[in-house]
Amino acid sequence: MKRGIPLIIAGVVGTVLVIQYFIPHTPFGVLNDVFSDWFSIIQATAIWLGALNLIKVSGDKVYKRKRDWQFSLVVILCFLLMVIVGFFFSGGRRFLDPGTPFSLLYDYVYSPLVAMMFALLAFFVGSASYRAFRARNKEATVLLIAAFVVMLGRVPLGDALTGWLPDWLHLSVISNWIMNVPNLAGQRAIMIGIALGIVSTSLRLILGIERSYLGGE
Amino acid sequence: MASEKTKAFLLKMIGIDRRIIFIFVFIALSVPMFISIDMNIPTSPEVEMLVETMEKLPDGAKVLVSLDYDPSSEPELQPMAETFLIYAMRRNFKIIVIGLWPQGAIQAERAKAVAEEHEGKEFVYGENYINLGFQSGNELVIQRMGSSIPAAFPRDYFGRPVDEFPIMQGVKNFSNIDYVFNLSAGYPGTIEWVLFAVDKFGATLGAGNTAVQAPMIYPYLGKQLKGLAGGMKGGAELEILTSLEGRAVKYMVGQTFAHAVIVLFIIIANIAYFATRDSKKGGVL
Repeated sequence: MKRGIPLIIAGVVGTVLVIQYFIPHTPFGVLNDVFSDWFSIIQATAIWLGALNLIKVSGDKVYKRKRDWQFSLVVILCFLLMVIVGFFFSGGRRFLDPGTPFSLLYDYVYSPLVAMMFALLAFFVGSASYRAFRARNKEATVLLIAAFVVMLGRVPLGDALTGWLPDWLHLSVISNWIMNVPNLAGQRAIMIGIALGIVSTSLRLILGIERSYLGGE
Repeated sequence: MASEKTKAFLLKMIGIDRRIIFIFVFIALSVPMFISIDMNIPTSPEVEMLVETMEKLPDGAKVLVSLDYDPSSEPELQPMAETFLIYAMRRNFKIIVIGLWPQGAIQAERAKAVAEEHEGKEFVYGENYINLGFQSGNELVIQRMGSSIPAAFPRDYFGRPVDEFPIMQGVKNFSNIDYVFNLSAGYPGTIEWVLFAVDKFGATLGAGNTAVQAPMIYPYLGKQLKGLAGGMKGGAELEILTSLEGRAVKYMVGQTFAHAVIVLFIIIANIAYFATRDSKKGGVL
Protein backbone atom coordinates (compact mmCIF):
# COMPACT_ATOMS: atom_id res chain seq x y z
CA MET A 1 0.00 0.00 0.00
CA LYS A 2 2.79 2.37 1.04
CA ARG A 3 4.51 1.79 -2.29
CA GLY A 4 1.42 0.97 -4.32
CA ILE A 5 -0.27 4.39 -4.06
CA PRO A 6 2.77 6.41 -5.25
CA LEU A 7 3.20 3.95 -8.13
CA ILE A 8 -0.45 4.36 -9.16
CA ILE A 9 -0.18 8.20 -8.92
CA ALA A 10 2.98 8.21 -11.07
CA GLY A 11 1.43 5.84 -13.61
CA VAL A 12 -1.87 7.73 -13.93
CA VAL A 13 -0.33 11.22 -14.04
CA GLY A 14 2.36 10.15 -16.49
CA THR A 15 -0.15 8.45 -18.80
CA VAL A 16 -2.55 11.42 -18.74
CA LEU A 17 0.24 13.93 -19.45
CA VAL A 18 1.41 11.87 -22.42
CA ILE A 19 -2.11 11.48 -23.86
CA GLN A 20 -3.06 15.15 -23.39
CA TYR A 21 -0.13 16.18 -25.60
CA PHE A 22 -1.84 14.47 -28.53
CA ILE A 23 -5.50 14.81 -27.43
CA PRO A 24 -5.81 18.16 -25.64
CA HIS A 25 -9.59 17.78 -25.18
CA THR A 26 -11.85 16.87 -22.26
CA PRO A 27 -11.09 15.07 -20.01
CA PHE A 28 -7.34 15.07 -20.75
CA GLY A 29 -7.01 18.86 -21.17
CA VAL A 30 -8.75 19.49 -17.84
CA LEU A 31 -6.71 16.83 -16.07
CA ASN A 32 -3.53 18.34 -17.51
CA ASP A 33 -4.46 21.73 -16.02
CA VAL A 34 -5.20 20.15 -12.65
CA PHE A 35 -1.93 18.19 -12.61
CA SER A 36 0.06 21.27 -13.71
CA ASP A 37 -1.44 23.28 -10.83
CA TRP A 38 -0.68 20.48 -8.39
CA PHE A 39 2.88 20.30 -9.63
CA SER A 40 3.35 24.05 -9.07
CA ILE A 41 1.97 23.74 -5.53
CA ILE A 42 4.10 20.70 -4.73
CA GLN A 43 7.22 22.38 -6.07
CA ALA A 44 6.52 25.59 -4.13
CA THR A 45 6.16 23.46 -0.98
CA ALA A 46 9.41 21.70 -1.85
CA ILE A 47 11.19 25.07 -1.89
CA TRP A 48 10.15 25.56 1.75
CA LEU A 49 11.20 22.01 2.59
CA GLY A 50 14.54 22.70 0.91
CA ALA A 51 15.03 25.84 2.99
CA LEU A 52 14.13 24.02 6.21
CA ASN A 53 16.43 21.15 5.27
CA LEU A 54 19.26 23.62 4.67
CA ILE A 55 18.73 25.04 8.18
CA LYS A 56 18.57 21.56 9.70
CA VAL A 57 21.71 20.25 7.98
CA SER A 58 23.66 23.44 8.69
CA GLY A 59 22.30 23.60 12.25
CA ASP A 60 23.43 20.01 12.92
CA LYS A 61 26.88 20.83 11.61
CA VAL A 62 27.21 23.87 13.87
CA TYR A 63 25.76 22.07 16.91
CA LYS A 64 28.11 19.10 16.53
CA ARG A 65 31.06 21.34 15.63
CA LYS A 66 31.76 19.30 12.50
CA ARG A 67 34.56 20.21 10.10
CA ASP A 68 34.15 23.75 8.64
CA TRP A 69 31.12 24.39 10.85
CA GLN A 70 31.85 28.12 10.65
CA PHE A 71 30.69 28.19 7.02
CA SER A 72 27.39 26.60 8.05
CA LEU A 73 26.95 29.29 10.67
CA VAL A 74 27.41 31.94 7.95
CA VAL A 75 24.79 30.14 5.82
CA ILE A 76 22.25 30.18 8.67
CA LEU A 77 22.90 33.81 9.58
CA CYS A 78 22.66 34.99 5.94
CA PHE A 79 19.49 32.99 5.38
CA LEU A 80 17.85 34.46 8.48
CA LEU A 81 19.06 37.95 7.57
CA MET A 82 17.46 37.84 4.10
CA VAL A 83 14.22 36.29 5.37
CA ILE A 84 13.78 38.66 8.33
CA VAL A 85 14.75 41.78 6.37
CA GLY A 86 12.53 40.73 3.45
CA PHE A 87 9.47 39.87 5.53
CA PHE A 88 9.54 42.48 8.27
CA PHE A 89 11.66 45.49 7.32
CA SER A 90 11.09 46.08 3.62
CA GLY A 91 7.54 47.30 3.26
CA GLY A 92 5.71 44.01 2.72
CA ARG A 93 4.80 43.35 -0.90
CA ARG A 94 6.89 46.33 -2.05
CA PHE A 95 10.06 44.72 -0.74
CA LEU A 96 11.77 45.12 -4.12
CA ASP A 97 11.25 48.85 -4.46
CA PRO A 98 14.55 50.73 -4.79
CA GLY A 99 16.04 51.66 -1.43
CA THR A 100 14.31 49.03 0.71
CA PRO A 101 16.74 47.08 2.95
CA PHE A 102 15.99 43.85 1.02
CA SER A 103 16.61 45.56 -2.30
CA LEU A 104 19.91 46.98 -1.02
CA LEU A 105 21.02 43.53 0.18
CA TYR A 106 20.05 41.99 -3.16
CA ASP A 107 21.76 44.68 -5.24
CA TYR A 108 24.93 45.21 -3.26
CA VAL A 109 25.60 41.89 -1.50
CA TYR A 110 23.82 38.91 -3.05
CA SER A 111 24.08 39.97 -6.67
CA PRO A 112 27.82 40.83 -6.72
CA LEU A 113 28.65 37.69 -4.71
CA VAL A 114 26.95 35.23 -7.07
CA ALA A 115 28.22 37.13 -10.13
CA MET A 116 31.73 36.86 -8.68
CA MET A 117 31.38 33.10 -8.21
CA PHE A 118 30.39 32.69 -11.86
CA ALA A 119 33.11 35.10 -13.02
CA LEU A 120 35.75 32.81 -11.49
CA LEU A 121 35.02 30.54 -14.46
CA ALA A 122 36.95 32.91 -16.72
CA PHE A 123 40.11 32.22 -14.75
CA PHE A 124 39.63 28.46 -14.59
CA VAL A 125 38.76 28.33 -18.30
CA GLY A 126 42.03 30.16 -19.02
CA SER A 127 44.06 27.73 -16.94
CA ALA A 128 42.20 24.62 -18.21
CA SER A 129 42.58 25.72 -21.85
CA TYR A 130 46.31 26.09 -21.37
CA ARG A 131 46.63 22.53 -20.10
CA ALA A 132 43.99 20.77 -22.20
CA PHE A 133 44.32 22.21 -25.71
CA ARG A 134 47.46 20.44 -26.91
CA ALA A 135 47.93 18.77 -30.27
CA ARG A 136 48.75 15.36 -28.81
CA ASN A 137 46.93 13.35 -31.49
CA LYS A 138 44.59 13.86 -34.47
CA GLU A 139 41.40 14.22 -32.39
CA ALA A 140 43.01 16.67 -29.96
CA THR A 141 44.35 18.69 -32.92
CA VAL A 142 40.86 18.99 -34.45
CA LEU A 143 39.50 20.11 -31.07
CA LEU A 144 42.37 22.58 -30.69
CA ILE A 145 41.83 24.12 -34.13
CA ALA A 146 38.06 24.39 -33.60
CA ALA A 147 38.54 26.02 -30.19
CA PHE A 148 41.16 28.35 -31.61
CA VAL A 149 38.91 29.50 -34.48
CA VAL A 150 35.78 29.88 -32.32
CA MET A 151 37.62 31.76 -29.58
CA LEU A 152 39.06 34.25 -32.04
CA GLY A 153 36.04 34.27 -34.37
CA ARG A 154 33.66 35.21 -31.54
CA VAL A 155 35.54 38.44 -30.84
CA PRO A 156 36.42 41.33 -33.20
CA LEU A 157 40.10 40.36 -33.07
CA GLY A 158 39.44 37.39 -35.34
CA ASP A 159 38.25 39.53 -38.22
CA ALA A 160 40.95 42.11 -37.57
CA LEU A 161 43.55 39.37 -38.11
CA THR A 162 41.92 37.88 -41.20
CA GLY A 163 40.34 41.00 -42.71
CA TRP A 164 42.77 40.93 -45.66
CA LEU A 165 41.64 37.43 -46.71
CA PRO A 166 38.57 36.63 -48.84
CA ASP A 167 35.25 36.89 -46.91
CA TRP A 168 34.79 33.14 -46.54
CA LEU A 169 38.13 32.89 -44.77
CA HIS A 170 37.28 35.47 -42.12
CA LEU A 171 37.47 33.86 -38.70
CA SER A 172 33.96 35.04 -37.78
CA VAL A 173 32.57 33.28 -40.89
CA ILE A 174 34.47 30.06 -40.17
CA SER A 175 33.43 30.28 -36.51
CA ASN A 176 29.76 30.62 -37.54
CA TRP A 177 30.17 27.62 -39.84
CA ILE A 178 31.62 25.53 -37.00
CA MET A 179 28.69 26.49 -34.77
CA ASN A 180 26.06 25.92 -37.46
CA VAL A 181 27.34 22.72 -39.06
CA PRO A 182 29.59 20.40 -37.01
CA ASN A 183 28.33 21.69 -33.64
CA LEU A 184 24.71 21.47 -34.81
CA ALA A 185 25.15 17.91 -36.06
CA GLY A 186 26.81 16.85 -32.81
CA GLN A 187 24.16 18.55 -30.67
CA ARG A 188 21.37 16.90 -32.67
CA ALA A 189 22.94 13.48 -32.22
CA ILE A 190 23.27 14.06 -28.48
CA MET A 191 19.69 15.33 -28.26
CA ILE A 192 18.29 12.31 -30.07
CA GLY A 193 20.22 10.04 -27.70
CA ILE A 194 18.97 11.95 -24.66
CA ALA A 195 15.39 11.92 -25.96
CA LEU A 196 15.46 8.15 -26.44
CA GLY A 197 16.86 7.78 -22.92
CA ILE A 198 14.11 10.00 -21.50
CA VAL A 199 11.42 8.02 -23.33
CA SER A 200 12.70 4.70 -22.00
CA THR A 201 13.14 6.03 -18.43
CA SER A 202 9.68 7.64 -18.50
CA LEU A 203 8.10 4.40 -19.67
CA ARG A 204 9.84 2.52 -16.88
CA LEU A 205 8.51 5.07 -14.35
CA ILE A 206 4.97 5.07 -15.74
CA LEU A 207 4.82 1.26 -15.86
CA GLY A 208 6.23 0.97 -12.34
CA ILE A 209 9.37 -0.89 -13.41
CA GLU A 210 11.70 1.86 -12.17
CA ARG A 211 11.05 2.29 -8.45
CA SER A 212 14.29 3.76 -7.13
CA TYR A 213 12.59 7.16 -6.60
CA LEU A 214 10.49 5.57 -3.86
CA GLY A 215 13.63 4.87 -1.85
CA GLY A 216 15.23 1.51 -1.15
CA GLU A 217 15.57 -1.31 -3.71
CA MET B 1 73.99 26.28 -24.43
CA ALA B 2 71.37 28.67 -25.70
CA SER B 3 69.15 25.84 -26.84
CA GLU B 4 69.49 24.16 -23.44
CA LYS B 5 68.37 27.38 -21.83
CA THR B 6 65.44 27.64 -24.22
CA LYS B 7 64.48 24.04 -23.53
CA ALA B 8 64.62 24.64 -19.79
CA PHE B 9 62.47 27.71 -20.21
CA LEU B 10 59.93 25.81 -22.32
CA LEU B 11 59.83 22.97 -19.80
CA LYS B 12 59.08 25.56 -17.15
CA MET B 13 56.33 26.98 -19.36
CA ILE B 14 54.65 23.59 -19.64
CA GLY B 15 54.19 23.39 -15.91
CA ILE B 16 53.51 27.08 -15.42
CA ASP B 17 51.81 28.01 -12.17
CA ARG B 18 48.15 28.61 -12.89
CA ARG B 19 48.21 31.76 -10.78
CA ILE B 20 50.35 33.39 -13.47
CA ILE B 21 47.63 32.63 -16.03
CA PHE B 22 45.05 34.02 -13.59
CA ILE B 23 47.01 37.29 -13.33
CA PHE B 24 47.16 37.69 -17.11
CA VAL B 25 43.43 36.94 -17.46
CA PHE B 26 42.71 39.43 -14.68
CA ILE B 27 44.72 42.16 -16.42
CA ALA B 28 43.05 41.37 -19.75
CA LEU B 29 39.61 41.66 -18.21
CA SER B 30 40.14 44.64 -15.94
CA VAL B 31 42.29 47.06 -17.97
CA PRO B 32 39.71 47.44 -20.80
CA MET B 33 37.21 48.72 -18.24
CA PHE B 34 39.22 51.93 -18.08
CA ILE B 35 39.89 52.41 -21.78
CA SER B 36 37.64 52.99 -24.73
CA ILE B 37 38.32 51.22 -28.03
CA ASP B 38 36.07 51.27 -31.07
CA MET B 39 35.65 47.75 -32.34
CA ASN B 40 34.05 46.45 -35.48
CA ILE B 41 31.78 43.68 -34.24
CA PRO B 42 30.46 41.55 -37.12
CA THR B 43 26.87 40.36 -36.77
CA SER B 44 25.84 36.73 -37.08
CA PRO B 45 22.82 35.30 -38.96
CA GLU B 46 21.13 34.09 -35.75
CA VAL B 47 21.08 37.55 -34.15
CA GLU B 48 20.04 39.12 -37.47
CA MET B 49 17.10 36.67 -37.51
CA LEU B 50 16.22 37.68 -33.94
CA VAL B 51 16.13 41.39 -34.77
CA GLU B 52 14.30 40.83 -38.09
CA THR B 53 11.53 39.01 -36.19
CA MET B 54 11.34 41.83 -33.66
CA GLU B 55 11.22 44.41 -36.47
CA LYS B 56 8.30 42.60 -38.10
CA LEU B 57 6.15 42.93 -34.97
CA PRO B 58 3.53 45.68 -35.15
CA ASP B 59 3.89 48.70 -32.87
CA GLY B 60 2.01 48.02 -29.64
CA ALA B 61 2.41 44.23 -29.97
CA LYS B 62 1.84 42.09 -26.87
CA VAL B 63 5.14 40.53 -25.88
CA LEU B 64 5.77 37.97 -23.17
CA VAL B 65 9.26 38.28 -21.66
CA SER B 66 10.51 35.37 -19.59
CA LEU B 67 13.70 36.03 -17.66
CA ASP B 68 15.03 32.66 -16.59
CA TYR B 69 18.34 33.48 -14.95
CA ASP B 70 19.83 34.81 -11.75
CA PRO B 71 22.55 37.41 -11.04
CA SER B 72 25.34 34.89 -11.76
CA SER B 73 24.54 35.28 -15.48
CA GLU B 74 23.84 38.99 -15.23
CA PRO B 75 26.94 40.20 -17.14
CA GLU B 76 25.84 38.26 -20.23
CA LEU B 77 22.06 38.43 -20.04
CA GLN B 78 21.18 41.66 -18.26
CA PRO B 79 22.44 43.89 -21.11
CA MET B 80 20.14 41.92 -23.45
CA ALA B 81 17.19 42.45 -21.10
CA GLU B 82 17.92 46.17 -20.93
CA THR B 83 18.32 46.49 -24.71
CA PHE B 84 15.10 44.59 -25.32
CA LEU B 85 13.10 46.73 -22.88
CA ILE B 86 14.46 49.98 -24.37
CA TYR B 87 13.57 48.69 -27.85
CA ALA B 88 10.12 47.64 -26.56
CA MET B 89 9.56 51.06 -25.06
CA ARG B 90 10.38 52.75 -28.38
CA ARG B 91 8.03 50.41 -30.25
CA ASN B 92 5.33 50.81 -27.58
CA PHE B 93 5.18 47.04 -27.05
CA LYS B 94 2.99 45.82 -24.22
CA ILE B 95 5.35 43.85 -22.01
CA ILE B 96 4.24 40.96 -19.79
CA VAL B 97 7.17 39.77 -17.67
CA ILE B 98 7.39 36.40 -15.95
CA GLY B 99 10.19 34.33 -14.42
CA LEU B 100 10.61 30.57 -14.26
CA TRP B 101 13.60 31.26 -12.01
CA PRO B 102 12.89 32.97 -8.66
CA GLN B 103 15.25 35.86 -9.38
CA GLY B 104 14.02 36.44 -12.94
CA ALA B 105 11.29 38.87 -11.98
CA ILE B 106 13.73 40.84 -9.82
CA GLN B 107 16.15 41.08 -12.75
CA ALA B 108 13.27 42.41 -14.85
CA GLU B 109 12.63 45.23 -12.40
CA ARG B 110 16.31 46.17 -12.56
CA ALA B 111 16.34 46.12 -16.37
CA LYS B 112 13.14 48.18 -16.42
CA ALA B 113 14.75 50.85 -14.21
CA VAL B 114 17.73 51.06 -16.62
CA ALA B 115 15.44 51.26 -19.68
CA GLU B 116 13.35 54.01 -18.09
CA GLU B 117 16.43 56.02 -17.16
CA HIS B 118 17.84 55.58 -20.69
CA GLU B 119 14.66 56.77 -22.36
CA GLY B 120 13.80 59.44 -19.78
CA LYS B 121 10.23 58.17 -19.38
CA GLU B 122 8.46 55.42 -17.48
CA PHE B 123 6.42 52.39 -18.41
CA VAL B 124 2.81 52.78 -17.29
CA TYR B 125 2.41 49.81 -14.98
CA GLY B 126 -0.58 47.72 -15.93
CA GLU B 127 -0.95 49.43 -19.31
CA ASN B 128 2.26 48.77 -21.19
CA TYR B 129 4.20 46.78 -18.60
CA ILE B 130 3.31 44.20 -15.99
CA ASN B 131 5.47 41.89 -13.88
CA LEU B 132 3.71 38.62 -13.09
CA GLY B 133 6.63 37.38 -11.02
CA PHE B 134 7.95 33.88 -10.42
CA GLN B 135 5.86 30.75 -10.61
CA SER B 136 7.18 27.37 -9.53
CA GLY B 137 6.58 24.38 -11.79
CA ASN B 138 9.24 24.72 -14.49
CA GLU B 139 7.98 23.64 -17.94
CA LEU B 140 4.55 22.79 -16.54
CA VAL B 141 4.04 26.52 -15.96
CA ILE B 142 4.51 27.04 -19.72
CA GLN B 143 2.09 24.21 -20.38
CA ARG B 144 -0.47 25.77 -18.01
CA MET B 145 -0.02 29.13 -19.75
CA GLY B 146 -0.97 27.38 -22.97
CA SER B 147 -4.46 26.86 -21.65
CA SER B 148 -4.70 29.97 -19.44
CA ILE B 149 -2.11 32.60 -18.58
CA PRO B 150 -4.26 34.16 -15.81
CA ALA B 151 -4.66 30.68 -14.27
CA ALA B 152 -0.90 30.19 -14.21
CA PHE B 153 -0.37 33.72 -12.86
CA PRO B 154 -3.54 34.81 -11.02
CA ARG B 155 -1.75 37.71 -9.31
CA ASP B 156 1.05 40.05 -10.33
CA TYR B 157 4.40 40.32 -8.57
CA PHE B 158 2.95 42.73 -6.03
CA GLY B 159 -0.06 40.58 -5.19
CA ARG B 160 -2.80 42.27 -7.20
CA PRO B 161 -5.25 40.22 -9.31
CA VAL B 162 -4.06 40.35 -12.93
CA ASP B 163 -7.53 40.90 -14.38
CA GLU B 164 -7.48 44.39 -12.80
CA PHE B 165 -4.93 45.55 -15.38
CA PRO B 166 -5.78 46.78 -18.90
CA ILE B 167 -2.70 45.06 -20.37
CA MET B 168 -4.12 41.66 -19.38
CA GLN B 169 -7.50 42.26 -21.01
CA GLY B 170 -7.97 39.76 -23.81
CA VAL B 171 -4.90 37.77 -22.81
CA LYS B 172 -6.02 34.19 -22.38
CA ASN B 173 -3.19 32.08 -23.70
CA PHE B 174 -0.33 32.09 -26.22
CA SER B 175 -2.69 32.80 -29.10
CA ASN B 176 -3.11 36.31 -27.64
CA ILE B 177 0.65 36.89 -27.41
CA ASP B 178 2.44 38.20 -30.51
CA TYR B 179 5.96 37.27 -29.46
CA VAL B 180 7.80 35.52 -26.66
CA PHE B 181 11.30 36.68 -25.72
CA ASN B 182 13.24 34.39 -23.41
CA LEU B 183 16.55 35.02 -21.69
CA SER B 184 17.90 31.81 -20.27
CA ALA B 185 20.87 30.51 -18.33
CA GLY B 186 19.86 26.85 -18.01
CA TYR B 187 16.89 24.78 -16.85
CA PRO B 188 14.09 25.72 -17.16
CA GLY B 189 14.86 27.91 -20.13
CA THR B 190 14.86 28.20 -23.89
CA ILE B 191 14.66 24.46 -24.60
CA GLU B 192 11.50 24.17 -22.47
CA TRP B 193 10.00 27.24 -24.17
CA VAL B 194 10.64 25.64 -27.56
CA LEU B 195 9.23 22.26 -26.53
CA PHE B 196 6.05 23.60 -24.97
CA ALA B 197 5.25 27.18 -26.06
CA VAL B 198 6.42 26.77 -29.67
CA ASP B 199 5.92 23.10 -30.54
CA LYS B 200 2.66 22.64 -28.68
CA PHE B 201 1.02 26.06 -28.75
CA GLY B 202 2.60 27.68 -31.81
CA ALA B 203 4.14 30.72 -30.08
CA THR B 204 6.78 32.82 -31.89
CA LEU B 205 9.96 32.68 -29.82
CA GLY B 206 13.25 34.60 -29.79
CA ALA B 207 15.95 33.97 -27.21
CA GLY B 208 19.13 35.15 -25.59
CA ASN B 209 21.37 32.63 -23.87
CA THR B 210 24.64 32.44 -21.98
CA ALA B 211 27.60 31.53 -24.19
CA VAL B 212 27.88 28.16 -22.43
CA GLN B 213 24.29 27.24 -23.22
CA ALA B 214 23.99 28.72 -26.72
CA PRO B 215 25.58 25.79 -28.65
CA MET B 216 22.86 23.49 -27.29
CA ILE B 217 20.16 25.79 -28.66
CA TYR B 218 21.40 25.88 -32.27
CA PRO B 219 19.41 22.79 -33.36
CA TYR B 220 16.16 24.71 -32.76
CA LEU B 221 17.11 27.76 -34.83
CA GLY B 222 14.96 28.47 -37.84
CA LYS B 223 11.48 26.97 -37.68
CA GLN B 224 11.20 26.62 -33.89
CA LEU B 225 13.35 29.49 -32.69
CA LYS B 226 13.29 32.82 -34.51
CA GLY B 227 16.74 34.05 -33.60
CA LEU B 228 19.30 33.59 -30.86
CA ALA B 229 21.70 35.97 -29.13
CA GLY B 230 24.46 33.90 -27.54
CA GLY B 231 26.63 35.27 -24.75
CA MET B 232 28.22 38.68 -24.57
CA LYS B 233 28.87 38.66 -28.32
CA GLY B 234 25.17 38.02 -29.03
CA GLY B 235 24.26 40.84 -26.65
CA ALA B 236 26.64 43.21 -28.42
CA GLU B 237 25.21 42.24 -31.81
CA LEU B 238 21.68 42.82 -30.50
CA GLU B 239 22.72 46.29 -29.35
CA ILE B 240 24.33 47.08 -32.71
CA LEU B 241 21.42 45.83 -34.80
CA THR B 242 18.90 47.78 -32.73
CA SER B 243 21.17 50.87 -32.72
CA LEU B 244 21.22 50.80 -28.92
CA GLU B 245 24.90 50.33 -28.21
CA GLY B 246 25.47 49.88 -24.51
CA ARG B 247 27.09 47.66 -21.95
CA ALA B 248 27.55 44.50 -24.05
CA VAL B 249 29.48 46.38 -26.76
CA LYS B 250 31.64 47.92 -24.05
CA TYR B 251 32.27 44.56 -22.38
CA MET B 252 33.34 43.04 -25.71
CA VAL B 253 36.67 44.87 -25.39
CA GLY B 254 37.47 42.96 -22.21
CA GLN B 255 36.27 39.71 -23.72
CA THR B 256 38.46 40.27 -26.79
CA PHE B 257 41.54 40.86 -24.64
CA ALA B 258 40.77 37.79 -22.50
CA HIS B 259 40.32 35.57 -25.57
CA ALA B 260 43.57 36.93 -27.01
CA VAL B 261 45.44 36.13 -23.79
CA ILE B 262 44.04 32.59 -23.65
CA VAL B 263 44.88 31.98 -27.31
CA LEU B 264 48.43 33.23 -26.73
CA PHE B 265 48.82 30.88 -23.79
CA ILE B 266 47.51 27.97 -25.88
CA ILE B 267 50.07 28.77 -28.60
CA ILE B 268 52.88 28.96 -26.02
CA ALA B 269 51.74 25.68 -24.45
CA ASN B 270 51.81 23.91 -27.83
CA ILE B 271 55.21 25.31 -28.80
CA ALA B 272 56.57 24.18 -25.44
CA TYR B 273 54.89 20.79 -25.81
CA PHE B 274 56.40 20.10 -29.26
CA ALA B 275 59.84 21.48 -28.37
CA THR B 276 60.13 19.33 -25.24
CA ARG B 277 58.20 16.28 -26.42
CA ASP B 278 61.33 14.18 -26.93
CA SER B 279 63.05 15.17 -23.71
CA LYS B 280 59.97 14.69 -21.58
CA LYS B 281 57.60 12.33 -23.30
CA GLY B 282 54.00 13.36 -22.91
CA GLY B 283 54.77 16.65 -21.21
CA VAL B 284 53.68 17.41 -17.70
CA LEU B 285 50.09 16.22 -18.05
